[in-house]
Amino acid sequence: MAGQLAAVLGTGQTRHTSRRLDVSMAGLCREAIDRAMADAGTDWADIDAVVLGKAPDLFEGVMMPELTLADALGATGKPLLRVHTAGSVGGSTAVVAASLVQAGVHRRVLAVAFEKQSESNAMWALSIAPPFTMPVGAGAGGYFAPHVRSYIRRSGAPEHVGAVVAVKDRRNGARNAYAHLRQPDITLESVQASTMLWDPIRYDETCPSSDGACAVVIGDEAAAEAVERPAWILATTMRTEPTTFAGRDQVNPRAGRDAAAALWADAGISDPMAEVDVAEIYVPFSWFEPMWLENLGFAAEGDGWRVTEAGDTALDGRLPVNPSGGVLCSNPIGASGLLRFAEAAMQVMGRAGDHQVDGARTALGHAYGGGSQFFAMWVVGAAKPGGKP
Amino acid sequence: MNTDIAVVGFAQAPQVHRTSATTNGVEMLVPVFQELFAATGLTRRDVGFWCSGSSDYLAGRAFSFVSAVDAIGAFPPIIESHVESDGAWALYEAWVKIRTGEVDTALVYGFGKSSAGELRRVLALQLDPYTVAPLWPDSVSIAALQARVGLDRGLWSEKEMAEVAARSRADAAANPYAQLSGAVDVAALLEEPYLADPLRTHDCAPVTDGAAAVVLAAGDRARELCNRPAWITGLEHRVDSPVLGTRDLSRSPSAAAAAAAAGIDGVTVAELHAPFTSQELLLRRELGLSDAVRINPSGGPLCGNPMFAAGLTRIGEAAARVMDGTAERVLAHATVGPALQQNLVCVMEGRS
Amino acid sequence: MTPLSAPLEVGFDYTRSLGPVLGRFMTGLRDRQIEGVRGSDGRVHAPPVEYDPGTAQPLTEFVAVADEGTVESWSWMPAPLEGQPLAHPFAWALVRLDGADTAMLHAVDAGSPDRMRTGMRVRARWAPEPVGSIRDIACFEPLDGPAPPRPEPHGGEPVTMVTTPVHLHYEHSASEEESRYLRGLAEGRLLGQRCPECGKVYIPPRGACPTDGVPTSEEVELPDRGVVTTFCIVNVPFLGQRIQPPYVAAYVLLDGADIAFLHLVLGCAADEVRMGMRVEAVWKPREEWATTVANIDHFRPTGEPDAPFESFAEHL
Repeated sequence: MAGQLAAVLGTGQTRHTSRRLDVSMAGLCREAIDRAMADAGTDWADIDAVVLGKAPDLFEGVMMPELTLADALGATGKPLLRVHTAGSVGGSTAVVAASLVQAGVHRRVLAVAFEKQSESNAMWALSIAPPFTMPVGAGAGGYFAPHVRSYIRRSGAPEHVGAVVAVKDRRNGARNAYAHLRQPDITLESVQASTMLWDPIRYDETCPSSDGACAVVIGDEAAAEAVERPAWILATTMRTEPTTFAGRDQVNPRAGRDAAAALWADAGISDPMAEVDVAEIYVPFSWFEPMWLENLGFAAEGDGWRVTEAGDTALDGRLPVNPSGGVLCSNPIGASGLLRFAEAAMQVMGRAGDHQVDGARTALGHAYGGGSQFFAMWVVGAAKPGGKP
Repeated sequence: MNTDIAVVGFAQAPQVHRTSATTNGVEMLVPVFQELFAATGLTRRDVGFWCSGSSDYLAGRAFSFVSAVDAIGAFPPIIESHVESDGAWALYEAWVKIRTGEVDTALVYGFGKSSAGELRRVLALQLDPYTVAPLWPDSVSIAALQARVGLDRGLWSEKEMAEVAARSRADAAANPYAQLSGAVDVAALLEEPYLADPLRTHDCAPVTDGAAAVVLAAGDRARELCNRPAWITGLEHRVDSPVLGTRDLSRSPSAAAAAAAAGIDGVTVAELHAPFTSQELLLRRELGLSDAVRINPSGGPLCGNPMFAAGLTRIGEAAARVMDGTAERVLAHATVGPALQQNLVCVMEGRS
Repeated sequence: MTPLSAPLEVGFDYTRSLGPVLGRFMTGLRDRQIEGVRGSDGRVHAPPVEYDPGTAQPLTEFVAVADEGTVESWSWMPAPLEGQPLAHPFAWALVRLDGADTAMLHAVDAGSPDRMRTGMRVRARWAPEPVGSIRDIACFEPLDGPAPPRPEPHGGEPVTMVTTPVHLHYEHSASEEESRYLRGLAEGRLLGQRCPECGKVYIPPRGACPTDGVPTSEEVELPDRGVVTTFCIVNVPFLGQRIQPPYVAAYVLLDGADIAFLHLVLGCAADEVRMGMRVEAVWKPREEWATTVANIDHFRPTGEPDAPFESFAEHL
């Protein structure tokens, strides 16, 4: 890990739902921020800088909202950065915030990410066709469904695997008081009976559109020593590749593989499946779980679906994936990546409540964005790096 | 960790009223990157970190920065990030990245095709979405409100504003990239009608399409890439409250705070990102710049203001004065937000 | 040749939830009352702010302020832009209402800049039909005499939402390469471009080869037939959709191209479309052709044997 030690001191998030009509955008952010600051035991005076992450401004119709939110974010008079790396933004926000501490620039940084999708309509914003193009695009689902089909064909995965993930994640979400979708009674049959939206992706295999926010306070070694059970940041990575190019692997993108390989090497992890206790992976359409298991190196290429089908990624499995319910339960797009990073931290801090994985000491947070081209990841651990095991 | 970081290269696209290039910036950026590679000897694969600044709302496209990545040739995959702000803040993120020690070079770029939309209207969307933006106050009117505050208090005069414009245009004659340049008579400028009383056309930056890029490098790597690196001795940014009615608009506390934290004593050249003449006068007072400091030898944003690249261009131009040996210690300033709400100051120096 | 351009309208009527502080403020406006909120330092903010600029504390103490006040600064708008409060020339002003310590940005219908002065007194002119929006104040006007009688409050449920139309007009330009490709389509030709470094043929063209970062200038004419690499069946209706679902959105790899592009497949049942299926373009009638790939109405199966998986597997 380059630079100085950094750790998560506290996390916070909102109750995610389709329309948070009870708050303004500032109020939505503050709900997450106030919880994170309380969780970290920090006050405004302790925060040296604020990093805000959000997906396209078009979603809320506000240009550079961090400017109008400066007072609400407690950023007035301080350094304020706005990161925008498409869907991975929540993750890259955490990476940038961490780097401010790792570089020795600041002692404590507040990272916030939000989306108030209900101000407009997500599918509209994602499907605006510029002139001269064929308006075939149908949102994110329409973009990814053909590549899901390619995965199924390449791997020979049986068709029900997508439903296995949906059932697992939605039932996990039922144990998470913040989750948007909480479906304790969902079954394989009900998922497979749900409407096909973009064949082969079904309604119940698809993330919701949510309003929500997440916040994380990251501190340096001294700040971390002063709190109980910080989540030490063991490694972070970011990688990018072009959206499309001749011969691009859309199913198992090299940028994701490279990011994961660098991450494990940096964290000193040689066998991710054995050494990682829990993973919060960005799965907006259920088939991305087996695809990302392969991309991340938890399974060999073509075998991701076997891991899922065997129940290994269930809450009581050998590698619980998305105990929070993940993006399939809550998807405020700009915040979803930070939620993965925060949930990973919550696990090793022992603060994941009813979806806590017992004994979790090493956790992965993962986010991706664009046409599966932007990747941001981190590994957090309960043990201070360099300390006694 | 790397603590010695320098600007070792700067290139820009011609600042034009309307480019035939697209809003995704690729056509403007490819020649800029090629110029940087030629100047430094770097290839795209040598660059440790890429970071850009741009705005979806300028382009009218969500995720508009994504297409710009085509200009890079990003395969094998790269380490890359983006800020929805001026490239100066992308430079900040890159500087932090290099400081961590994860990489020792970065290529930072900013771009904007303002002519694609109605810039003056679009910028109204930076204002409070509930109590201000629904009235669509345009960016020129906001700057005009700020100008009047200083005029009312005798902090600056319309003549001094016109002198800023005339000096900028004259200096821009030596800048082959500038959109506007030439000799103009102050008295003649003052005869012109108001555009938005108390601002006249010459008081406002033109609408400009453009792009710029800067290469950062650490320590020995910087010395390999450039004969005379512009070493960054201070890089700071701050933001003020967005509520215009709570601010004393004749001041910019965030600009003063950033400058104080960065340490600007001894600079002889200041490239100030002031798209309005009154804002240059405000910043000179706020930063305490004496008459001995040469302001905007490039002609500054009044002669070409490529949105989301203009602040980065100030850093590049100031660095260029160090790299070409004409100055020892310089400062560059960048701003975003209405009436100088958020400000960044970069101080650089040469070393023998 | 000049690059092609076309208008691009980006618009939505944003529905904004206000939260407790702004909700109360807007409810007041609907009832022609203006309230501010007291900040951490005792200053009264009008309009109210949810969080104090100095301390970031949530603010909850409301203070009634007058609907008249003093101009602290102004500028003149000789040619109003779309959406602004008035269609004839007006002044923008920062108005500090009596009882407030901060100023509100709004318009003043002064008639001419000669009537505007810093320090002058102005009064709100209420919109005839208030809804709970900052535009319930139609504008301010110079104070000329006693206040007109205040209309009765509108009354009703508390205001919690405000709708703000944001409609922007852009001119989208195609690049030179894209324009040549589009003009080719207008003649019924499919023009790809080869990268001088990697030799791959791209269609549609890009500003630069995405893996090499260099312009792709060598033109390669391609046939209008190829292979479906992968696809999905779009079943879901959505706002702004232009093709009626269900439809097959397929990646078509033209013979000789090195990258597939998304288009429509018709001419067979959706569930008969297969990865590897050979297809050919079905063009619209020539008189309907324009500079767009939509000149190809859709692709249909040719009936030839499917391409073997290995022949297109690298394009997935």
